[in-house]
Amino acid sequence: MIGIVDYGMGNLYSLSQALKRLEQPYFISDEPSVLEKADGLILPGVGAFKDAMGLLNEKHLNEFLRKFAETKPLLGICLGMQLLFDESEEGSLTKGLGLIPGRVIRFSGISDDGARYKVPHMGWNTLEFITPESPLLKGLEPGFAYFVHSYYADLEEPATLIAAADYYGQVPAVVGKQNVFGAQFHPEKSGLFGEALLKNYLQLVKQNSDLLIQNQQSGKVGS
Amino acid sequence: MLAKRIIPCLDVKEGRVVKGKQFVQLRDAGDPVELAMYYNSEGADELVFLDISASSEGRNTMVEVVREVAAKLNIPFTVGGGIQSLDNIKTLLRAGADKISLNSSAIANPDLITAGADFFGCQCIVCAIDAKWNPETGTYQVYTHGGQRATSWDAIEWAKRAVALGAGEILLTSMDQDGEKSGFELNLTQKISEAVDVPVIASGGAGKASDFLDAFQMGKADAALAASIFHYKETSVANVKSFLKQKGVAIR
Repeated sequence: MIGIVDYGMGNLYSLSQALKRLEQPYFISDEPSVLEKADGLILPGVGAFKDAMGLLNEKHLNEFLRKFAETKPLLGICLGMQLLFDESEEGSLTKGLGLIPGRVIRFSGISDDGARYKVPHMGWNTLEFITPESPLLKGLEPGFAYFVHSYYADLEEPATLIAAADYYGQVPAVVGKQNVFGAQFHPEKSGLFGEALLKNYLQLVKQNSDLLIQNQQSGKVGS
Repeated sequence: MLAKRIIPCLDVKEGRVVKGKQFVQLRDAGDPVELAMYYNSEGADELVFLDISASSEGRNTMVEVVREVAAKLNIPFTVGGGIQSLDNIKTLLRAGADKISLNSSAIANPDLITAGADFFGCQCIVCAIDAKWNPETGTYQVYTHGGQRATSWDAIEWAKRAVALGAGEILLTSMDQDGEKSGFELNLTQKISEAVDVPVIASGGAGKASDFLDAFQMGKADAALAASIFHYKETSVANVKSFLKQKGVAIR
């Protein structure tokens, strides 16, 4: 079962409908005691980083998500991905979940040759697969994904970059570290490509859950 | 590379799709969900639904339409028309719309742009501007209420103001070109695109594939919207996109 983290920021309906189209059972909750029963979580979100972290802290989800991700998969989407990082400079410098090293910064709006460019980065952009062997990219060809964002992640560990887009420089599009994954674009709005990527995440969640059950059982036999 | 977007627009009245020529003379033409899925299969990058219902029943029906579309469609869509309050914005976004567009209500109450942007982020607040050339003043004048009421706003100034207030995108409709099928209003599109830092959608006047090329190359638009020519199959989204690809435009 997939849990969607509802902390009051964003459009849960589109995401839940996308899971429905993939015939994936899910539930929506803001309660750590309920969410911990999920095999894997999705952290969606649109809006401001500071408000989102405020709500996560208020609902005791900050601590919970970090603990959850020690054993089970977590996927952040759009703002949800940005929250995975150490901090964001949106508004005033705000601490994030600290699950992936790096800082969320704003597009400068001025290219290297001094020309102005549009912010937000909005629309369909092509992806480059940096870590094609990632389970999230399994069986996928680099395609178009739908982005809407004014801030992006400045990664501290290059190894956490799975796929990137080019928008006046390299923009992390898919990131991952151990059980924690993030998509800067909206897989639920990115046509068949987005659906395939979501499906890969669901598959990864299932494999992890099977493995946990197996370990539990063998643990029991052992004791 | 970021692709230029092709956006079919569906005018919806009391839950049914219609399209007017210069905002009058409506022809009934279909089910919004079916048409949305059709355009999606044709390669549309995004959709815009414009609610032109006059009644509150019609508006409630629109929320249902939005919910049904969001359940099926896996590309983004914008909903506009008759949005008066932050509550209206919340209802539509929660029903599954990705963006909402404000037109008359933004002119009447500019704070609504800011309230919406503060609540859901500026990426989901589109400011729709209906503009008409005024030969007497030599400016493009902003109109509201489906093109029926002139305002004292100059379109370029209003676009800049709307972005400063928090609009994340401008949907610019030329009332002079709308329904004429003789091409987009390139001069104004370019001026606004250069005046603001957010994406600009050109709208009004598309008649053939090359009009889209002009909107992107000369008008500097980030996206282009059309209704009738797609709706009555005078051309298709797929045709327009393959033409643009041949011309070297970045297209999905």
